[in-house]
Amino acid sequence: MKKSFAALAAAAMLATTGPALADLTVPNLSYRTGSYAANGIPYADGFADYFTLLNERDGGIGGEKVAVPECETAYNTEKGVECYESTKGQAALAYNPLSTGITYQLIPKVTADKHVLYTPGYGRTSAANGAVFEWVFNYPANYWDGASVAVKYMMAEQGGDLTGKKITLLYHNSAYGKEPIRTLAELAKKHGFTLTLLPVDPPGQEQKSQWLQIRREKPDYVIMYGWGVMNQVAIQEAVNIKFPMDHMMGIWWSGSENDVGPAGAGANGYKSISFHGVGAEYPIYADLKKHVFDAGKAAGAGDQLGTVLYSRGMYAAMIISEAIRTAQEKTGKAAVTPEEVRDGFESLNLTEARLTDLGLPGFAQPIAASCADHGGPGTAMILQWDASAKKWSAVSEWIAADAEVLDPLIAEDSAAFAKESGIAERCK
Amino acid sequence: MFYREAGDFKTSYRADSQTFPIRLDRMGYFAALAVAYGVVPFVIDDYWANAVFVPFLIYAIAAIGLNILVGYAGQVSLGTGGFMAVGAYAVYKLMTAFPEVPIFLHVILAGGITACVGVLFGLPSLRIKGFYLAVATLAAQFFLVWLFNKVPWFYNYSASGQITAPDRTMFGIFITGAQTSAAAKYLFCLVILTLVALMARNLTRGTVGRKWMAIRDMDIAAEIIGVNPLSAKVTAFAVSSFFIGIAGALLFSVYLGAAEVGEAFGINKSFLVLFMVIIGGLGSIFGSFAGAAFLVLLPVFLKNVLVGGLGWPTDVAAHLELMIVGALIVVFLIVEPHGLAQIWRIAKEKLRLWPFPH
Repeated sequence: MKKSFAALAAAAMLATTGPALADLTVPNLSYRTGSYAANGIPYADGFADYFTLLNERDGGIGGEKVAVPECETAYNTEKGVECYESTKGQAALAYNPLSTGITYQLIPKVTADKHVLYTPGYGRTSAANGAVFEWVFNYPANYWDGASVAVKYMMAEQGGDLTGKKITLLYHNSAYGKEPIRTLAELAKKHGFTLTLLPVDPPGQEQKSQWLQIRREKPDYVIMYGWGVMNQVAIQEAVNIKFPMDHMMGIWWSGSENDVGPAGAGANGYKSISFHGVGAEYPIYADLKKHVFDAGKAAGAGDQLGTVLYSRGMYAAMIISEAIRTAQEKTGKAAVTPEEVRDGFESLNLTEARLTDLGLPGFAQPIAASCADHGGPGTAMILQWDASAKKWSAVSEWIAADAEVLDPLIAEDSAAFAKESGIAERCK
Repeated sequence: MFYREAGDFKTSYRADSQTFPIRLDRMGYFAALAVAYGVVPFVIDDYWANAVFVPFLIYAIAAIGLNILVGYAGQVSLGTGGFMAVGAYAVYKLMTAFPEVPIFLHVILAGGITACVGVLFGLPSLRIKGFYLAVATLAAQFFLVWLFNKVPWFYNYSASGQITAPDRTMFGIFITGAQTSAAAKYLFCLVILTLVALMARNLTRGTVGRKWMAIRDMDIAAEIIGVNPLSAKVTAFAVSSFFIGIAGALLFSVYLGAAEVGEAFGINKSFLVLFMVIIGGLGSIFGSFAGAAFLVLLPVFLKNVLVGGLGWPTDVAAHLELMIVGALIVVFLIVEPHGLAQIWRIAKEKLRLWPFPH
């Protein structure tokens, strides 16, 4: 009797500890359908493939396998809520929804439920202030960094002076596209250029009137904050009105192979900003090919290798896995909780040497996060499209954003959020 | 055998004209209310609340609102998304301007503001009908979305144009914001839906509703028998927009928590609610519930079966889901053009004769 009771108890214990023994969970809130699928697919593939590589080659992170359950959001905020709710019970370690709209919705939720929200290069810019946004990280760079880097590059091209120049911002008329307006307005004041705003209503198939206006006003530069089909249409329209392509620059979300492809040779010389390297020349691709692609374990169709957005998905996965690793080192155990992973994100120290170890030498800038700094170095480089070689290549060194302009803006916006939601500042 | 009028004697006018004259219907109604209020709040978790119940309740409110306009008064509207946006932005402005007022009042006030806007855009219905009215309300949809995008006052000058619902309580319990419990969200929406449904049901059974239906069936004849088209049409727009505004306010404040007008209240939302009304059944309160349930629950159900149950890739499942829902809509409309409500009616008719049909 006693024995059977013990056995029962043991069985019950096993049953309850079963799920806990299982993997580290990093949900992949992706979109492979809808108007933004062309951009969502390579990102989701890169994200999933990197974790597959870690599982196949190293047996996971610190001996724990990583589970990456995928959930389709179609870039839709209501489906995003459903995906978040359906995965948060599995002790999800980090969320990366690749949508500024979904990010805004999740910021209060992850703060209450204690999950990490990692939004590299998108989401709410002022989340860079870790003193207010405890659970949100957006290093290495944000929308405002991007705007500042673009202006700095243009200034260098113009011999250090933008006075009297005309810059047009062509943007996705949504939370995402509106983000840089404030920064660009400040920079316009500082450097004396005039800024014209041209919103494009999503999804953005129709841009004739915007480009007519650009044709009339002949701006010196066009900066584009677009996503999905809007990018392709804008580049095609620019080609149609013979706008000089090397004077048109997209943020990192407006500079993938999908965006320049449809315009063919006309897109030659188009520039975009990036916070990581692109192309399949990094040593990690040998491992990816061996353990993931040749083994038939690639996500999606497996044809996105080395593209800009694939690299970016891989970048996000790499940072999340490094944060998990940091958490494991700090706590000394393999099965880390979401709270410990948050600490891992906050004490992440990604060095050049570590990137080389990972098979990604020179792929990105080093990051040293801290309690207050969730925004990273804020540096980016400029890529240019070569239509004949069908290749992006870097045309600048890493450019740092103008902290003098951005820091007060971030402080102001995060203070407004702190006041609105009654958050006391940390890190004092 | 079980479902029949026979033997169910009414001894007063009050009993004779009650909402559910057949005893079994009445029992079913009270049982549904008892389960909804007495059982569900205790077993509900975050997933069921946020993925299933809260969206269903909110869309049911919107569908009842649109059904009054399209189903009862016969005025086609494609402006639902825009009117929901009015409700959402109204509640946002009220919540941030008067934080101490209970959220329930704000939601009702937001409905009132939407009613005013709805009346304004309903005025053209006095001169134009049918497709032309549909186009006029479509203009309302685009104008309102444009307005909320363009004027920073509506979104309190936030950097991104997003509106975010602050934490608000009622009787010390969180109703909006991230700390809200699943049961609180559910009950708040359920109470409002119950009030809305009761109001809609009684309005449509009374003088106002009969005027609406007279206008719907033939406006000239209605005018001849003494129905004032101005008051009938304007009240239809007002009541409908009131409900739709409440739905928009709840969608933003309780369900989503943050919204952006173009994405959350675009033309797709107008079509979604219109489909709910058409599939559920025009001119039926039950149909509004059935249509909302069909279009909210089916995609979630299919997703859970295809991805969670069968383990298919998410993109295949998402595409299949669109195809299945689309095909079912077509099938329903061919098999029963009067919607799910008519299927329910026929089922009840059959039940009355069962087990001895003629």
